[in-house]
Amino acid sequence: MEHDYSIAELKHLATEIRKDTLRSITAAGSGHPGGSLSAADIMTALYFQVANLKTPTDPDRDRIFWSKGHIAPLLYTLLAYKGFFPREELITLRKFGSRLQGHPKKDSPPGVETSTGSLGQGLSVAVGCAYAARYDHSPVRVWCLNGDGELQEGQIWEALMAGAHFKLDNLCTIIDNNGLQIDGKVADVMDLGDLAAKVRAFGWHVIEIDGHDMQQCVNALEEAKTVKGQPTAIIAHTIKGKGVSFMEDQAGWHGKAPSQDELAQALRELDGEEGE
Amino acid sequence: MATAHKDVLSKLDGKATRFGYSDALLMLGRDDPRVFVLDADLAKSTTTERFKNEFPERFIDCGIAEQDMVGIAAGLSLMGKVPFTSTYGTFMVDRALDQIRVTVAYAELNVKIMGAHGGISVGPDGATHQALEDLGVMRMLPHMTVINPCDVNEARKATLAVAAMQGPTFIRLGRESVPIITDDTTPFAIGKGITFEDGDDVTIAATGYMVYEALLAHEELAKQGIHARVLDIHTIKPIDRELLLKAARETGAVVTAEEHQVMGGFGSAVAEVLVQECPVPMEFVGIHDRFGESGTPDELLTAFGCRHTDIEAAVNRVLRRKK
Repeated sequence: MEHDYSIAELKHLATEIRKDTLRSITAAGSGHPGGSLSAADIMTALYFQVANLKTPTDPDRDRIFWSKGHIAPLLYTLLAYKGFFPREELITLRKFGSRLQGHPKKDSPPGVETSTGSLGQGLSVAVGCAYAARYDHSPVRVWCLNGDGELQEGQIWEALMAGAHFKLDNLCTIIDNNGLQIDGKVADVMDLGDLAAKVRAFGWHVIEIDGHDMQQCVNALEEAKTVKGQPTAIIAHTIKGKGVSFMEDQAGWHGKAPSQDELAQALRELDGEEGE
Repeated sequence: MATAHKDVLSKLDGKATRFGYSDALLMLGRDDPRVFVLDADLAKSTTTERFKNEFPERFIDCGIAEQDMVGIAAGLSLMGKVPFTSTYGTFMVDRALDQIRVTVAYAELNVKIMGAHGGISVGPDGATHQALEDLGVMRMLPHMTVINPCDVNEARKATLAVAAMQGPTFIRLGRESVPIITDDTTPFAIGKGITFEDGDDVTIAATGYMVYEALLAHEELAKQGIHARVLDIHTIKPIDRELLLKAARETGAVVTAEEHQVMGGFGSAVAEVLVQECPVPMEFVGIHDRFGESGTPDELLTAFGCRHTDIEAAVNRVLRRKK
């Protein structure tokens, strides 16, 4: 464990991060709230508790690749909360001249490890990075975030093959399994079937968790560090739009910004949930 | 490749440019521990097998998965390695284009991309395996450096040169043995074309194997009293504007020659330079908007208009239009 936050503190942090993520998307007038909210808990656990990530330039820092690059608003909010750039900049998301591009651009802002946005490419990058880290006997661990819809891209399965073939036990991918994609339910659009069995059959250590249970998130990420001889995939069962009633489990909130009124309601609900 | 036609340079030795690539990789492997070589199940064809044999721990066979190979190379580069990805140009550029565009070029990663089996001279494998669009597609990507060496020595120098620079690069290589027309004393710098023959009547700007055909054309044209300047433009991007503009001003007519689609390719790159600052009559020798087919390299180069005779005909046409 790299840091020592309590589960309650991590949950509070995740709520604040959700709120600022939604504020930035609202200010932008476009963006991807649904997947940002579904991945917020486990990525908060990763960035603030499990990953070795003190500065964005430390050569020994853990590398975190956001293969599902469209949830850049969550990435930027996490990086701002890490102190890698000013939080005030979050409202420049998607604006002309901003460092906060609609989809991640390498080093823009500091902490964005590389450019992603065209789905299916990040896991291969993570494989190469983990390969190099192991070759160098480096302590660097490599993490990747994939979406479930993204797994429809064939390149993902090439990378799953490669990660297992090279026995990259310094590599862990998190699958944000929120069950929805733009055109509807993943199961209806192009069913992934028994995802855990498939990934396991590809030679990965698979951990299935409730991706909104902070303790389970921390435990799974920590377990990934202990696995030997194979990479780990954490299938985080999540709810798209988690924490905001009108967004939850709605494909329509994949890539739509809330209005000011909707934002106000969302913030009230997130604060209320916090108070419970 | 054997030359079936009258050949003033026939005494030249030949070797495929792909061997220049692995010659350089072996040198780099010894000198630079950052250098990794990746292949996609074609290590014998691309000649990276030579690197694999000497540096197995820095060779990664990605299997028949070119998109994954580009991603793995990107990951290696993010950890300070200098990865060279190697497979046939068609699979490299076309199959993995989005990966090259988003993961490599947009992020300005230090990934060295190599496309073997460029051009129609790939021969009997046919259209699917003949890269005819690689140079044009790669030159459109921001940040990408694009090099098309004319012989095995230039391929070696180009490989060493891209290893020494920071940023994404593409090198095209050929399958067939081609005449060796440069040596260790021939200068090589990325972005600097080379004047192989001087002349004031017309410029033949050629790239890759077509430099040799341009030299043959030069000899034939000389017999007709036409003094052609022959330029080896190995770097298609960034292209040598200065050399091209000087040649256009001094000769007043330009013929380009490439073993590649003319549309969007090398000829287009030259035209983009000249039309803005020194428009002169131009002709384009190369492949005109068609797919290749099976045949011997000789048959195909002739059938697809990539011979010195095609260059000579283009010179005669362009000279009729020259003021």
